[in-house]
Amino acid sequence: MTATPLLQMRRIDKSFGPVQVLRNVDFTAAAGEVTALVGDNGAGKSTLVKCIGGIYPADAGEVIFEGRHVTVHNPRDASALGVEIVYQDLALCENLDIVQNMFLGREKIRGIVLDEPTMEQMAAETLDRLSVRTVKSIRQLVSSLSGGQRQTVAIAKAVLWNSKLVILDEPTAALGVAQTAQVLELVRQLADHGLAVVLISHNMNDVFAVSDQIAALYLGQLAAQVKASDVTYSQVVELITAGRSGNLGLSPAAVGAEMNGAQR
Amino acid sequence: MTTVEVQPGRAKVSGPRTLSLGEHIGDYFKRVWGGEMGALPAIAMLLALCIAFSLARPVFFTAGNFANLFVQGAAVTVIAMGLVFVLLLGEIDLSAGYASGVAACVMSVLLVRHNVNLYLSIGSAIVTGVVIGFILGFLVAKVGIPSFVVTLAAFLGFQGLALLLLGNGQVISVADNYPVIYALENKNMPLWLGWLMLVVGVVGFAILQLVRVRNRARRGLARDPLSLVVLRVGALAVLGAVAVYVLNIERSHNPPYRVGNRTFGVSLRGVPVVVPVIIVLLLILTFVLARTAYGRHIYAVGGSKEAARRAGINVDRIRMSAFVICSGMAAIGGIIAVSRANSVDSNTGGSNVLLYAVGAAVIGGTSLFGGKGRVLDAILGGAVIAVIDNGMGLMNTSAGTKFVVTGIFLLAAAGLDALMRKRAAATGLR
Repeated sequence: MTATPLLQMRRIDKSFGPVQVLRNVDFTAAAGEVTALVGDNGAGKSTLVKCIGGIYPADAGEVIFEGRHVTVHNPRDASALGVEIVYQDLALCENLDIVQNMFLGREKIRGIVLDEPTMEQMAAETLDRLSVRTVKSIRQLVSSLSGGQRQTVAIAKAVLWNSKLVILDEPTAALGVAQTAQVLELVRQLADHGLAVVLISHNMNDVFAVSDQIAALYLGQLAAQVKASDVTYSQVVELITAGRSGNLGLSPAAVGAEMNGAQR
Repeated sequence: MTTVEVQPGRAKVSGPRTLSLGEHIGDYFKRVWGGEMGALPAIAMLLALCIAFSLARPVFFTAGNFANLFVQGAAVTVIAMGLVFVLLLGEIDLSAGYASGVAACVMSVLLVRHNVNLYLSIGSAIVTGVVIGFILGFLVAKVGIPSFVVTLAAFLGFQGLALLLLGNGQVISVADNYPVIYALENKNMPLWLGWLMLVVGVVGFAILQLVRVRNRARRGLARDPLSLVVLRVGALAVLGAVAVYVLNIERSHNPPYRVGNRTFGVSLRGVPVVVPVIIVLLLILTFVLARTAYGRHIYAVGGSKEAARRAGINVDRIRMSAFVICSGMAAIGGIIAVSRANSVDSNTGGSNVLLYAVGAAVIGGTSLFGGKGRVLDAILGGAVIAVIDNGMGLMNTSAGTKFVVTGIFLLAAAGLDALMRKRAAATGLR
């Protein structure tokens, strides 16, 4: 779609002590697209995301954001770039309302007083822009919201700050059918508004429902990053479980070496 | 009537709709029924107790006794106001009572034994409270000892510290030779000053409310209907006027009378000096909790430490600061206690002071689980405690019965909180 993707990660390596978690990973996420990041447990999805979010630095490789080389040392740097991560446990305060949660830690202040009208207005505009219709009032306490509504609030919080890249870690894992549909619609909305969205998910239905690109990780290596329309369900499952599928994915030698490595 | 504007292209959710007065009232009852009782239990208890005591002992329902309630409850209420901050974090401060005692000792020793300047002595007492809070907060937040243990140790330690400061078993008298301190609990404001305070308060409240409504209306946000604002301001004006009127009634048993050009007897009327002190503290602390980012962060840490941390809030600093506020307020409570007793001894701030203060906050509606509560809660709960204490005293019951009854009311309040929590969980409101 675009000439240079918003985020490019090249040859990323990451080890924790003797355990190499990421090996030579290339990953891109383009504005206006949903890029699904799939892989089995322990494949390195979360580690890759945390390298982007500044939770810990990559050992080697480069991160190019908007065509510029960047180094992200901490979550604050990531926020400054316009990168927001919505973690699986949403980390919302149940005793605060939606507006209070969306602005938590970054409250708008006039003098020393909280600028409630401005915050309320911005929160309402953000929810409107995302066509969120599932919450009754933005002054509702989060404790009174359903799982899907909470996810919505967490996502809205992430896009409130004119972010450019939003990373969602398993946003539908704990949701029912109807709520999952709502959240997926929201994910699609984000991309349609021109954001780059990275969606981590185990659910192939979700992945195929909203993704433009699918990146499959296999034991710390990128098996393949392909257009969602070019692959089938079973091909992606094979990429996740075996690292290759037909002529897609890692070479047999690489897979074999990795298997041996894993057995050692 | 208010109209709901639906602008084209805006989704329905854009903020709460402007509700009419009727809808507001309906909404309130729905919330109460759903388990969000707020101050209702405390107010209901207060009314029930006042009616019961008035029927049993008519002397309860006199201007003199009404004034007594403020004076008797002041110290515990001020300590409870500070405790709210610690309770909001889901922590506890068992040492607040004796912290007030230590601060009171520091002030009195400096003032009486060393003839230090009055304001310097009062300042030293408050600084003592702040330092105590800083140490407690440091041990809880940075070292990571549970607040229950830290403050239990401090409870024992401060008891000893008060004894050491005074010298074993000694009492320091701080009576009307120190008029500023004496006035707190023993003097009343001139009648006109009470009325002036009421007028300033009501007008100020009305202006704040109207400005708020106007600001929100200008931005197209949902706002309270004017009728609700009028109702609120009216309620404050009426309650305040009744209180000031009653407190301005002559309550001396030996009112002044003139024989020739000599005056005999003493007049006892006016709003007790401690009342405006408590109101000012209430306004400042409520402003901090409800209107500043710092207050918002206190609620956030009480709701979810992890969420607060990820939002970039310095959780340790917030926790330490809450203990500083709590012990600082305890010091002020200690000064009030000295004024009330006209002296300080090793038991100032001891015995049931702390338990009454925690009870006041909880009866008022502050949750021991953190994240829920207001400074006003402490005042309402403090009033309940003061009424029980005072009323049971008038009934000539033994101290034993008094404690049993107070305990039952505390249990009732906490039990109601727990039940409502369950109900709220069931109705999905909380």
